[in-house]
Amino acid sequence: MEENKIIVNCKVVIIGGSAGSLNALMQILPSLNKLNNFAIVIVVHRKSTDDQTLEELITLKSSIPVKAIEDKTILKSGFVYVAPSNYHLLFEKDDTLALDTSEKINYSRPSIDVSFESAAEVYTDSLVGILFSGSNTDGTQGLKAIKAAGGTIVVQNPLSADMPFMPNNAILFSSPDYVLNNKEILDLLNSINT
Amino acid sequence: MIEDIELETLINEVYEYYGFDFGSYSRASLKRRVYRVYQLDGFTHFHDFLSKVRTDPEYYKRMVDEITVNVTEMFRDPSFYNILRKEILPLLGTKPFIRLWHAGCSTGEEVYSMAIMLKEAGLLHKSLIYATDINATVLETAKKGIFPLKMMKEYSQNYRDAGGQEDFSRYYTANYGIAKFNDELSQKMVYSQHNLVSDTSFNEFDMILCRNVLIYFDNELQKRVINLFDESLAVLGFLALGTKETIKYSISPGKYKQYEKEKIWRKIK
Repeated sequence: MEENKIIVNCKVVIIGGSAGSLNALMQILPSLNKLNNFAIVIVVHRKSTDDQTLEELITLKSSIPVKAIEDKTILKSGFVYVAPSNYHLLFEKDDTLALDTSEKINYSRPSIDVSFESAAEVYTDSLVGILFSGSNTDGTQGLKAIKAAGGTIVVQNPLSADMPFMPNNAILFSSPDYVLNNKEILDLLNSINT
Repeated sequence: MIEDIELETLINEVYEYYGFDFGSYSRASLKRRVYRVYQLDGFTHFHDFLSKVRTDPEYYKRMVDEITVNVTEMFRDPSFYNILRKEILPLLGTKPFIRLWHAGCSTGEEVYSMAIMLKEAGLLHKSLIYATDINATVLETAKKGIFPLKMMKEYSQNYRDAGGQEDFSRYYTANYGIAKFNDELSQKMVYSQHNLVSDTSFNEFDMILCRNVLIYFDNELQKRVINLFDESLAVLGFLALGTKETIKYSISPGKYKQYEKEKIWRKIK
Protein backbone atom coordinates (compact mmCIF):
# COMPACT_ATOMS: atom_id res chain seq x y z
CA MET A 1 0.00 0.00 0.00
CA GLU A 2 1.30 3.39 -0.99
CA GLU A 3 2.22 5.88 1.70
CA ASN A 4 1.77 9.66 1.82
CA LYS A 5 -1.77 9.60 0.56
CA ILE A 6 -2.49 12.78 2.42
CA ILE A 7 -4.79 15.18 0.66
CA VAL A 8 -5.14 18.68 2.05
CA ASN A 9 -7.32 21.64 1.05
CA CYS A 10 -10.02 19.35 -0.25
CA LYS A 11 -13.49 20.87 -0.46
CA VAL A 12 -15.36 18.18 -2.34
CA VAL A 13 -14.96 14.46 -2.96
CA ILE A 14 -17.05 13.37 -5.91
CA ILE A 15 -17.76 9.69 -6.29
CA GLY A 16 -18.97 8.01 -9.48
CA GLY A 17 -20.08 4.45 -10.03
CA SER A 18 -22.42 2.18 -11.86
CA ALA A 19 -23.24 -1.53 -11.63
CA GLY A 20 -21.65 -3.03 -8.53
CA SER A 21 -20.66 0.31 -6.98
CA LEU A 22 -23.31 0.14 -4.30
CA ASN A 23 -21.55 -2.80 -2.66
CA ALA A 24 -18.30 -0.88 -2.46
CA LEU A 25 -20.03 2.23 -1.10
CA MET A 26 -21.74 0.18 1.57
CA GLN A 27 -18.40 -1.24 2.64
CA ILE A 28 -16.87 2.22 2.88
CA LEU A 29 -19.51 4.72 4.03
CA PRO A 30 -20.52 3.04 7.33
CA SER A 31 -16.91 3.17 8.58
CA LEU A 32 -16.31 6.74 7.60
CA ASN A 33 -15.40 9.24 10.32
CA LYS A 34 -16.91 12.69 10.33
CA LEU A 35 -15.94 14.55 7.15
CA ASN A 36 -13.12 17.00 7.79
CA ASN A 37 -14.23 20.20 6.12
CA PHE A 38 -15.28 18.59 2.91
CA ALA A 39 -18.47 17.27 1.33
CA ILE A 40 -19.03 14.02 -0.53
CA VAL A 41 -21.19 13.98 -3.65
CA ILE A 42 -22.28 10.60 -5.00
CA VAL A 43 -23.26 10.19 -8.63
CA VAL A 44 -24.30 6.64 -9.45
CA HIS A 45 -26.34 5.17 -12.25
CA ARG A 46 -29.63 3.75 -11.06
CA LYS A 47 -33.10 3.15 -12.32
CA SER A 48 -35.21 6.27 -12.60
CA THR A 49 -37.91 4.74 -10.40
CA ASP A 50 -35.98 3.94 -7.20
CA ASP A 51 -35.28 7.51 -6.37
CA GLN A 52 -34.94 7.74 -2.61
CA THR A 53 -33.68 4.25 -1.79
CA LEU A 54 -29.95 5.01 -2.01
CA GLU A 55 -30.27 7.98 0.36
CA GLU A 56 -32.27 5.86 2.78
CA LEU A 57 -29.72 3.05 2.64
CA ILE A 58 -26.81 5.39 3.34
CA THR A 59 -28.71 7.12 6.15
CA LEU A 60 -29.38 3.73 7.68
CA LYS A 61 -25.78 2.55 7.49
CA SER A 62 -23.74 5.67 8.08
CA SER A 63 -23.51 8.33 10.77
CA ILE A 64 -22.62 11.03 8.26
CA PRO A 65 -25.71 13.13 7.51
CA VAL A 66 -27.12 12.55 4.03
CA LYS A 67 -28.88 15.16 1.94
CA ALA A 68 -31.01 14.49 -1.09
CA ILE A 69 -30.35 17.02 -3.81
CA GLU A 70 -33.00 19.41 -5.05
CA ASP A 71 -32.75 22.37 -7.37
CA LYS A 72 -30.17 24.86 -5.95
CA THR A 73 -29.28 22.82 -2.89
CA ILE A 74 -26.31 24.48 -1.18
CA LEU A 75 -23.25 22.27 -0.83
CA LYS A 76 -21.96 22.28 2.76
CA SER A 77 -18.99 20.47 4.20
CA GLY A 78 -19.71 17.58 6.52
CA PHE A 79 -22.56 16.17 4.45
CA VAL A 80 -23.02 13.41 1.89
CA TYR A 81 -25.10 14.39 -1.15
CA VAL A 82 -26.70 11.93 -3.52
CA ALA A 83 -27.51 12.86 -7.12
CA PRO A 84 -31.16 12.17 -8.00
CA SER A 85 -31.94 9.73 -10.78
CA ASN A 86 -33.00 11.02 -14.19
CA TYR A 87 -31.20 14.39 -13.89
CA HIS A 88 -27.67 15.48 -14.68
CA LEU A 89 -25.98 17.08 -11.68
CA LEU A 90 -23.99 20.28 -12.21
CA PHE A 91 -22.05 22.62 -9.94
CA GLU A 92 -22.40 26.40 -9.80
CA LYS A 93 -19.66 28.83 -8.76
CA ASP A 94 -21.65 29.90 -5.68
CA ASP A 95 -21.54 26.38 -4.17
CA THR A 96 -25.08 25.52 -5.22
CA LEU A 97 -26.01 22.38 -7.09
CA ALA A 98 -27.92 22.54 -10.36
CA LEU A 99 -30.00 19.91 -12.11
CA ASP A 100 -30.48 19.44 -15.83
CA THR A 101 -32.74 17.06 -17.78
CA SER A 102 -30.86 17.29 -21.08
CA GLU A 103 -29.92 14.30 -23.26
CA LYS A 104 -28.39 11.21 -21.69
CA ILE A 105 -24.60 11.07 -21.98
CA ASN A 106 -22.96 7.63 -22.21
CA TYR A 107 -26.53 6.25 -22.08
CA SER A 108 -26.76 7.70 -18.59
CA ARG A 109 -28.56 10.43 -16.66
CA PRO A 110 -26.98 11.32 -14.32
CA SER A 111 -23.79 10.98 -16.32
CA ILE A 112 -20.64 10.73 -14.21
CA ASP A 113 -18.62 12.55 -16.88
CA VAL A 114 -21.00 15.52 -16.81
CA SER A 115 -20.84 15.90 -13.01
CA PHE A 116 -17.08 15.31 -12.80
CA GLU A 117 -16.37 17.87 -15.53
CA SER A 118 -18.66 20.45 -13.96
CA ALA A 119 -17.18 19.92 -10.47
CA ALA A 120 -13.66 20.16 -11.91
CA GLU A 121 -14.43 23.60 -13.34
CA VAL A 122 -15.66 24.94 -10.02
CA TYR A 123 -13.43 23.16 -7.48
CA THR A 124 -10.22 22.72 -9.56
CA ASP A 125 -7.41 21.56 -7.23
CA SER A 126 -9.62 21.21 -4.17
CA LEU A 127 -11.53 18.34 -5.77
CA VAL A 128 -10.99 14.60 -5.39
CA GLY A 129 -12.70 12.29 -7.89
CA ILE A 130 -13.18 8.58 -7.20
CA LEU A 131 -14.49 6.10 -9.75
CA PHE A 132 -15.92 2.75 -8.74
CA SER A 133 -17.25 -0.41 -10.35
CA GLY A 134 -19.37 -0.37 -13.50
CA SER A 135 -19.82 -1.82 -16.94
CA ASN A 136 -19.60 1.19 -19.23
CA THR A 137 -17.10 3.94 -20.00
CA ASP A 138 -18.79 6.79 -18.12
CA GLY A 139 -16.42 8.56 -15.73
CA THR A 140 -13.15 8.33 -17.62
CA GLN A 141 -13.49 11.69 -19.40
CA GLY A 142 -14.60 13.25 -16.14
CA LEU A 143 -11.55 11.95 -14.28
CA LYS A 144 -9.33 13.41 -16.99
CA ALA A 145 -11.03 16.78 -16.56
CA ILE A 146 -10.49 16.67 -12.78
CA LYS A 147 -6.82 15.82 -13.26
CA ALA A 148 -6.38 18.57 -15.86
CA ALA A 149 -7.90 21.11 -13.46
CA GLY A 150 -5.39 20.14 -10.77
CA GLY A 151 -7.56 17.77 -8.71
CA THR A 152 -6.72 14.31 -7.43
CA ILE A 153 -8.14 11.20 -9.10
CA VAL A 154 -8.63 7.78 -7.58
CA VAL A 155 -9.84 4.57 -9.22
CA GLN A 156 -11.12 1.51 -7.41
CA ASN A 157 -8.77 -1.42 -7.93
CA PRO A 158 -10.49 -3.43 -10.69
CA LEU A 159 -9.64 -6.63 -8.79
CA SER A 160 -11.88 -5.50 -5.93
CA ALA A 161 -14.65 -4.20 -8.21
CA ASP A 162 -17.76 -6.26 -8.92
CA MET A 163 -17.70 -4.94 -12.48
CA PRO A 164 -14.08 -4.15 -13.40
CA PHE A 165 -14.79 -2.65 -16.85
CA MET A 166 -15.32 0.94 -15.72
CA PRO A 167 -12.23 1.16 -13.46
CA ASN A 168 -10.12 -0.64 -16.10
CA ASN A 169 -11.22 1.83 -18.75
CA ALA A 170 -10.33 4.72 -16.44
CA ILE A 171 -6.90 3.28 -15.66
CA LEU A 172 -6.25 2.77 -19.35
CA PHE A 173 -7.25 6.26 -20.50
CA SER A 174 -6.59 8.57 -17.54
CA SER A 175 -3.58 8.64 -15.21
CA PRO A 176 -5.02 7.98 -11.75
CA ASP A 177 -3.07 9.27 -8.79
CA TYR A 178 -4.14 6.20 -6.87
CA VAL A 179 -5.60 2.79 -7.67
CA LEU A 180 -6.95 1.47 -4.38
CA ASN A 181 -9.06 -1.27 -2.87
CA ASN A 182 -12.08 -0.41 -0.71
CA LYS A 183 -10.20 -0.41 2.62
CA GLU A 184 -7.54 1.88 1.18
CA ILE A 185 -10.18 4.23 -0.18
CA LEU A 186 -11.72 4.38 3.28
CA ASP A 187 -8.32 5.22 4.82
CA LEU A 188 -7.78 7.88 2.19
CA LEU A 189 -11.14 9.51 2.89
CA ASN A 190 -10.51 9.47 6.64
CA SER A 191 -7.11 11.13 6.14
CA ILE A 192 -8.36 14.05 4.04
CA ASN A 193 -7.56 17.50 5.50
CA THR A 194 -5.97 16.02 8.63
CA MET B 1 -14.98 24.31 -22.69
CA ILE B 2 -15.72 27.99 -23.27
CA GLU B 3 -14.54 30.63 -20.80
CA ASP B 4 -16.87 32.36 -18.32
CA ILE B 5 -16.08 35.72 -19.88
CA GLU B 6 -17.03 34.38 -23.33
CA LEU B 7 -20.38 33.19 -22.03
CA GLU B 8 -21.06 36.57 -20.43
CA THR B 9 -20.14 38.30 -23.70
CA LEU B 10 -22.59 36.10 -25.58
CA ILE B 11 -25.35 36.83 -23.05
CA ASN B 12 -24.75 40.58 -23.38
CA GLU B 13 -24.64 40.57 -27.17
CA VAL B 14 -27.78 38.44 -27.48
CA TYR B 15 -29.55 40.90 -25.24
CA GLU B 16 -28.23 43.90 -27.15
CA TYR B 17 -28.96 42.53 -30.64
CA TYR B 18 -32.11 40.50 -30.07
CA GLY B 19 -33.50 41.65 -26.72
CA PHE B 20 -33.54 38.15 -25.29
CA ASP B 21 -32.19 37.94 -21.76
CA PHE B 22 -30.27 34.81 -20.79
CA GLY B 23 -28.79 36.74 -17.86
CA SER B 24 -31.06 34.98 -15.37
CA TYR B 25 -30.33 31.48 -16.58
CA SER B 26 -28.31 29.12 -14.37
CA ARG B 27 -24.77 29.33 -15.64
CA ALA B 28 -23.56 25.73 -15.24
CA SER B 29 -26.24 24.34 -17.50
CA LEU B 30 -26.27 27.28 -19.93
CA LYS B 31 -22.53 26.98 -20.43
CA ARG B 32 -22.80 23.29 -21.30
CA ARG B 33 -25.65 23.98 -23.71
CA VAL B 34 -23.80 26.82 -25.47
CA TYR B 35 -20.64 24.71 -25.71
CA ARG B 36 -22.70 21.85 -27.13
CA VAL B 37 -24.10 23.90 -30.05
CA TYR B 38 -20.69 25.55 -30.55
CA GLN B 39 -19.12 22.13 -31.00
CA LEU B 40 -22.04 20.67 -32.94
CA ASP B 41 -21.73 23.43 -35.53
CA GLY B 42 -17.98 23.01 -35.87
CA PHE B 43 -16.75 26.28 -34.40
CA THR B 44 -13.16 26.45 -33.15
CA HIS B 45 -12.93 30.14 -32.24
CA PHE B 46 -15.43 31.79 -29.98
CA HIS B 47 -15.32 35.13 -31.81
CA ASP B 48 -16.45 33.37 -35.03
CA PHE B 49 -19.39 31.90 -33.17
CA LEU B 50 -20.21 35.25 -31.59
CA SER B 51 -20.07 37.05 -34.91
CA LYS B 52 -22.32 34.42 -36.55
CA VAL B 53 -24.90 34.84 -33.79
CA ARG B 54 -24.73 38.62 -34.09
CA THR B 55 -25.00 38.88 -37.87
CA ASP B 56 -27.24 35.97 -38.79
CA PRO B 57 -30.74 36.05 -37.22
CA GLU B 58 -31.50 32.58 -38.61
CA TYR B 59 -28.46 31.21 -36.86
CA TYR B 60 -29.38 33.04 -33.68
CA LYS B 61 -32.74 31.30 -33.78
CA ARG B 62 -31.08 27.94 -34.25
CA MET B 63 -28.77 28.63 -31.32
CA VAL B 64 -31.68 29.49 -29.00
CA ASP B 65 -33.55 26.35 -30.12
CA GLU B 66 -30.48 24.24 -29.43
CA ILE B 67 -29.54 25.65 -26.05
CA THR B 68 -33.00 25.44 -24.54
CA VAL B 69 -33.37 21.90 -23.23
CA ASN B 70 -36.04 19.99 -25.10
CA VAL B 71 -35.77 16.58 -23.55
CA THR B 72 -39.09 15.31 -22.28
CA GLU B 73 -41.00 12.05 -22.05
CA MET B 74 -44.53 10.73 -21.64
CA PHE B 75 -45.63 10.04 -18.08
CA ARG B 76 -42.25 11.07 -16.65
CA ASP B 77 -42.39 10.32 -12.88
CA PRO B 78 -45.35 7.91 -12.91
CA SER B 79 -46.09 8.58 -9.23
CA PHE B 80 -46.93 12.17 -10.14
CA TYR B 81 -49.51 10.97 -12.67
CA ASN B 82 -50.90 8.53 -10.13
CA ILE B 83 -51.69 11.37 -7.73
CA LEU B 84 -53.03 13.40 -10.61
CA ARG B 85 -55.40 10.59 -11.54
CA LYS B 86 -56.52 9.71 -8.02
CA GLU B 87 -56.61 13.07 -6.26
CA ILE B 88 -56.40 16.05 -8.54
CA LEU B 89 -58.58 15.19 -11.51
CA PRO B 90 -61.61 14.26 -9.39
CA LEU B 91 -61.44 17.75 -7.83
CA LEU B 92 -61.01 19.47 -11.19
CA GLY B 93 -63.86 17.36 -12.54
CA THR B 94 -66.38 19.19 -10.37
CA LYS B 95 -65.88 22.30 -12.50
CA PRO B 96 -68.04 22.93 -15.57
CA PHE B 97 -64.97 23.74 -17.63
CA ILE B 98 -61.27 23.01 -17.00
CA ARG B 99 -58.44 25.21 -18.24
CA LEU B 100 -54.89 23.87 -18.03
CA TRP B 101 -51.56 25.43 -18.95
CA HIS B 102 -48.41 23.48 -19.75
CA ALA B 103 -45.68 26.14 -19.52
CA GLY B 104 -42.49 25.08 -21.28
CA CYS B 105 -44.18 22.12 -22.97
CA SER B 106 -41.32 21.34 -25.38
CA THR B 107 -42.32 18.66 -27.93
CA GLY B 108 -45.57 17.96 -26.10
CA GLU B 109 -45.09 14.51 -24.57
CA GLU B 110 -46.46 15.68 -21.22
CA VAL B 111 -49.36 17.45 -22.90
CA TYR B 112 -50.44 14.21 -24.59
CA SER B 113 -49.96 12.38 -21.28
CA MET B 114 -52.33 14.87 -19.67
CA ALA B 115 -54.87 14.51 -22.48
CA ILE B 116 -54.85 10.75 -21.98
CA MET B 117 -55.41 11.19 -18.24
CA LEU B 118 -58.28 13.63 -18.85
CA LYS B 119 -59.83 11.30 -21.41
CA GLU B 120 -59.73 8.36 -19.03
CA ALA B 121 -61.26 10.48 -16.29
CA GLY B 122 -64.07 11.44 -18.68
CA LEU B 123 -63.05 15.11 -18.55
CA LEU B 124 -61.33 15.75 -21.86
CA HIS B 125 -64.51 16.98 -23.56
CA LYS B 126 -64.80 19.88 -21.12
CA SER B 127 -61.09 20.68 -20.90
CA LEU B 128 -58.85 23.03 -22.80
CA ILE B 129 -55.07 22.56 -22.58
CA TYR B 130 -52.94 25.59 -23.41
CA ALA B 131 -49.37 24.56 -24.12
CA THR B 132 -46.60 27.08 -24.58
CA ASP B 133 -42.89 27.12 -25.18
CA ILE B 134 -40.30 29.70 -26.10
CA ASN B 135 -39.15 27.48 -28.97
CA ALA B 136 -41.35 27.59 -32.09
CA THR B 137 -39.72 24.52 -33.62
CA VAL B 138 -40.69 22.19 -30.78
CA LEU B 139 -44.26 23.51 -30.85
CA GLU B 140 -44.59 22.33 -34.47
CA THR B 141 -43.65 18.81 -33.36
CA ALA B 142 -46.03 18.99 -30.43
CA LYS B 143 -48.97 20.05 -32.62
CA LYS B 144 -48.49 17.02 -34.86
CA GLY B 145 -48.42 14.59 -31.95
CA ILE B 146 -45.82 12.45 -33.69
CA PHE B 147 -43.21 10.79 -31.51
CA PRO B 148 -40.56 8.13 -32.17
CA LEU B 149 -42.08 4.65 -32.16
CA LYS B 150 -39.01 3.27 -30.38
CA MET B 151 -40.00 5.26 -27.27
CA MET B 152 -43.41 3.60 -26.96
CA LYS B 153 -42.19 0.60 -24.98
CA GLU B 154 -40.83 2.88 -22.26
CA TYR B 155 -43.87 5.18 -22.38
CA SER B 156 -46.33 2.32 -22.12
CA GLN B 157 -44.40 1.05 -19.08
CA ASN B 158 -44.56 4.56 -17.57
CA TYR B 159 -48.26 4.67 -18.38
CA ARG B 160 -48.88 1.38 -16.57
CA ASP B 161 -46.73 2.53 -13.61
CA ALA B 162 -48.96 5.62 -13.53
CA GLY B 163 -51.99 3.39 -13.03
CA GLY B 164 -53.06 3.21 -16.68
CA GLN B 165 -55.36 0.26 -17.37
CA GLU B 166 -55.88 0.51 -21.11
CA ASP B 167 -53.84 -0.91 -23.93
CA PHE B 168 -51.51 2.07 -24.48
CA SER B 169 -51.21 1.39 -28.21
CA ARG B 170 -54.85 2.31 -28.74
CA TYR B 171 -53.84 5.97 -28.36
CA TYR B 172 -51.61 6.06 -31.42
CA THR B 173 -51.14 4.69 -34.91
CA ALA B 174 -47.73 3.17 -35.62
CA ASN B 175 -46.20 3.75 -39.00
CA TYR B 176 -42.59 3.58 -40.31
CA GLY B 177 -40.87 4.20 -37.01
CA ILE B 178 -43.28 6.87 -35.79
CA ALA B 179 -46.26 6.90 -33.47
CA LYS B 180 -48.97 9.40 -34.39
CA PHE B 181 -51.26 10.13 -31.47
CA ASN B 182 -54.99 10.24 -32.12
CA ASP B 183 -56.54 13.56 -33.17
CA GLU B 184 -59.11 13.09 -30.46
CA LEU B 185 -56.37 13.92 -27.94
CA SER B 186 -54.99 16.98 -29.75
CA GLN B 187 -58.42 18.51 -30.43
CA LYS B 188 -58.41 20.03 -26.97
CA MET B 189 -54.91 21.51 -27.19
CA VAL B 190 -53.95 25.08 -28.06
CA TYR B 191 -50.26 25.69 -28.78
CA SER B 192 -48.57 29.06 -28.81
CA GLN B 193 -45.19 30.65 -28.29
CA HIS B 194 -44.70 32.22 -24.87
CA ASN B 195 -41.56 33.40 -23.12
CA LEU B 196 -41.61 32.95 -19.36
CA VAL B 197 -38.76 35.43 -19.00
CA SER B 198 -40.54 38.38 -20.59
CA ASP B 199 -44.21 37.61 -21.38
CA THR B 200 -47.13 38.19 -19.05
CA SER B 201 -50.14 36.26 -17.86
CA PHE B 202 -52.70 35.55 -20.61
CA ASN B 203 -55.55 33.69 -18.94
CA GLU B 204 -56.80 32.20 -15.70
CA PHE B 205 -56.21 28.48 -15.21
CA ASP B 206 -57.36 25.67 -12.97
CA MET B 207 -54.06 23.89 -13.26
CA ILE B 208 -50.60 25.01 -14.35
CA LEU B 209 -47.86 22.49 -15.07
CA CYS B 210 -44.27 23.59 -15.44
CA ARG B 211 -42.07 20.61 -14.80
CA ASN B 212 -38.28 20.83 -15.02
CA VAL B 213 -38.19 24.30 -16.52
CA LEU B 214 -37.42 26.38 -13.42
CA ILE B 215 -34.22 24.39 -12.77
CA TYR B 216 -32.64 26.38 -15.62
CA PHE B 217 -33.42 29.76 -14.01
CA ASP B 218 -31.70 31.60 -11.16
CA ASN B 219 -33.56 32.34 -7.90
CA GLU B 220 -34.66 35.80 -8.97
CA LEU B 221 -36.21 34.65 -12.23
CA GLN B 222 -37.81 31.65 -10.51
CA LYS B 223 -39.52 34.05 -8.16
CA ARG B 224 -40.84 36.13 -11.06
CA VAL B 225 -42.11 33.09 -12.95
CA ILE B 226 -43.81 31.60 -9.91
CA ASN B 227 -45.52 34.93 -9.33
CA LEU B 228 -46.62 34.89 -12.96
CA PHE B 229 -48.14 31.46 -12.30
CA ASP B 230 -49.76 32.74 -9.14
CA GLU B 231 -51.40 35.58 -11.10
CA SER B 232 -52.59 33.09 -13.69
CA LEU B 233 -54.04 30.55 -11.29
CA ALA B 234 -57.62 30.55 -10.02
CA VAL B 235 -58.15 30.16 -6.28
CA LEU B 236 -58.27 26.40 -5.50
CA GLY B 237 -56.26 25.79 -8.68
CA PHE B 238 -53.18 23.55 -8.80
CA LEU B 239 -49.55 24.22 -9.62
CA ALA B 240 -47.30 21.28 -10.53
CA LEU B 241 -43.51 21.51 -10.75
CA GLY B 242 -40.72 19.00 -11.39
CA THR B 243 -39.85 16.48 -8.68
CA LYS B 244 -36.80 18.48 -7.55
CA GLU B 245 -38.32 21.96 -7.75
CA THR B 246 -40.06 24.02 -5.09
CA ILE B 247 -42.07 27.20 -4.60
CA LYS B 248 -41.02 27.65 -1.00
CA TYR B 249 -38.38 30.34 -1.68
CA SER B 250 -40.66 32.25 -4.02
CA ILE B 251 -44.06 32.67 -2.43
CA SER B 252 -45.36 33.41 1.03
CA PRO B 253 -46.22 30.29 3.03
CA GLY B 254 -49.90 29.85 3.79
CA LYS B 255 -51.00 30.82 0.32
CA TYR B 256 -50.43 27.33 -1.07
CA LYS B 257 -50.92 23.87 0.37
CA GLN B 258 -48.61 21.09 -0.79
CA TYR B 259 -49.82 17.58 -1.61
CA GLU B 260 -47.71 15.42 0.73
CA LYS B 261 -44.42 14.59 -0.95
CA GLU B 262 -45.52 15.44 -4.47
CA LYS B 263 -44.55 18.68 -6.13
CA ILE B 264 -48.18 19.76 -6.46
CA TRP B 265 -49.51 22.80 -4.64
CA ARG B 266 -53.07 24.03 -4.29
CA LYS B 267 -53.72 27.75 -4.16
CA ILE B 268 -55.86 28.21 -1.06
CA LYS B 269 -56.18 31.98 -1.06
